Amino acid sequence: MSSIGELRQMALQARRGRSGGEKAKAKNPDNRAGHLFLAPWLIGLVVFTIGPMIASLVLAFTDYNLLQPPTWAGFDNFTRMMGDARLWNSLRVTLVYVVVSVPLQLALALAVAVMLDRGMRGLAFYRSIFYLPSLLGGSVAIAILWRQVFGKEGLVNAFLSWFGIDGPGWISHPDYALATIIILHVWTFGSPMVIFLAGLRQIPEMYHEAAQMDGAGRFRRFFSITLPLLTPIIFFNLVLQIIFAFQSFTQAYIVSGGTGGPSDSTMFFTLYLYKQAFTELNMGYASAMAWLLLLVIAAFTAINFWFSKYWVFYDD
Amino acid sequence: MTAATDLATPRVIESQDASDRRRRRLRRRAAVRSVIKHVLLIVLSIVMIYPLIWLVVSSLKPNSEIFTDLGIFTTDLTLENYAYGWTSQQLPFSHFLINSTILVIGATIGNLVSCSLAAYAFARLKFWGRNAYFAIMLGTIMLPFHVVLVPQFIIFRQLGWLETFLPLIVPKFLAVDAFFIFLMVQFIRGLPKEIFEAARIDGAGHLRIFGQVTLPLMVPALATTAIFTFIWTWGDFFGPLIYLRTRENFPVSVALKGFIDAQSSSNYGAMFAMSVVSLIPLFLAFLLGQRYLVKGFATSGIK
Repeated sequence: MSSIGELRQMALQARRGRSGGEKAKAKNPDNRAGHLFLAPWLIGLVVFTIGPMIASLVLAFTDYNLLQPPTWAGFDNFTRMMGDARLWNSLRVTLVYVVVSVPLQLALALAVAVMLDRGMRGLAFYRSIFYLPSLLGGSVAIAILWRQVFGKEGLVNAFLSWFGIDGPGWISHPDYALATIIILHVWTFGSPMVIFLAGLRQIPEMYHEAAQMDGAGRFRRFFSITLPLLTPIIFFNLVLQIIFAFQSFTQAYIVSGGTGGPSDSTMFFTLYLYKQAFTELNMGYASAMAWLLLLVIAAFTAINFWFSKYWVFYDD
Repeated sequence: MTAATDLATPRVIESQDASDRRRRRLRRRAAVRSVIKHVLLIVLSIVMIYPLIWLVVSSLKPNSEIFTDLGIFTTDLTLENYAYGWTSQQLPFSHFLINSTILVIGATIGNLVSCSLAAYAFARLKFWGRNAYFAIMLGTIMLPFHVVLVPQFIIFRQLGWLETFLPLIVPKFLAVDAFFIFLMVQFIRGLPKEIFEAARIDGAGHLRIFGQVTLPLMVPALATTAIFTFIWTWGDFFGPLIYLRTRENFPVSVALKGFIDAQSSSNYGAMFAMSVVSLIPLFLAFLLGQRYLVKGFATSGIK
């Protein structure tokens, strides 16, 4: 079960009022050992997650440049965010990236996984070829490669010139730079594809056989059997990919040469946050931005969960 | 569509001839479909892989030919880009490779130790607050790290750990990569309970059950963790970017950035060559660990 599925199960159990039957102390025979084994994680949780979360929430209401002690600023950072055009632009850029690249990547992953399903010849070969880019895609080297592939004299334009098209320098054009990063994300469709393949394998063959017996054709079987049974997997991929896509940084940074340009067209929210924190040393402002990011991601996740009632099919 | 129906419910009264024809038609249709599918997949494969091949071939071409001829078939191969790129960043590239290796080793050991301990507790022990902890642990997987970024930076700065590898390694010993805990929990849950009960009856304590029973059985999950940690740490750019700002501390990822910073006078061949060098370890991890990677994804699928 996925992490999302697990959380859902726990929520369901809590609602039914039996959270694993932790009533008496006798039910918890491993109290000491449990906490000892968990100690590193617990320390890490307090020191590196919960403590810093509280601290950054406080810092969001201060001015802090690392050099002088923080000074209380009230809601200044938040009012400043309201009027910060670059910030809203960076949020818009990030939203476009997330909303376009994640569904595209998942759709391609699903389509290819369905094509590769059920012991087709060469499956292992294709799977390797499609999976490799997803392991390399996050690296600086690939982002550097992308700059050249989509450069004025790059591979893409060489290909277009066969058709007599004189392509622009995609990376340096404000209308297209973001698209190249979206394409880079789609290029890494291999990892969700592998997850979909595993999900497809768990659909009992007999469902398909029964449907075939009843005269259901390929498309009917896909939309009435395969797709509904895959919706939990599609859903958790969607949730997690959206969460992670909001945090993308490296590719935008490298492709734009660290500027977020041209004219802020690849200025991801995280890139702007990085600049505020580590080049302008506006640590308070950056903390406030981080909480805005958290809110946006939480909102997206909540909407996702809310909509899931209408399209995700759970067997239980 | 009708074809499928016919296959499933053969008419009893049917001339030998007609059924033969039908079978041939079906087989032909299946063959056509298979060919179309393979053609599509091969075209997609080429699109996916071509940039990588182009990168490798370009890194072996004389610098002047890289953009004049974008093909991948050439006989004019040279290693001069590698020789030049290796030394073009003031420090030899091996220096950055060693830095990356140290980071990878530290992070991998940290993740293996801390995450397996936590996973054992979550999967096998009953203790107060387990479910709440578990829910929090899953929640941290989804928490954007930016909300802890600034305070973490301040902590490490106060500790005097800037310009050291510690901010990138120490947290791993405290199981901050909760994804791997989850992966291991899933794996341990899948092991037969009887093994643990037998060890219990034989009088083994939790430390022994963990060290001598659980760990050996969860080698596949450990391998998956090690390979993912390797790939992610090797590729990590953001962490080193903020904590390591002097050249001698750069890992490969940040050192590569130097090639685009200096692009006005750039030597594309050298940049490509060092990019290839930085990708080779990832490629090897992929080749050697593909089995574990695919399995790891399949069982707990994240990213």
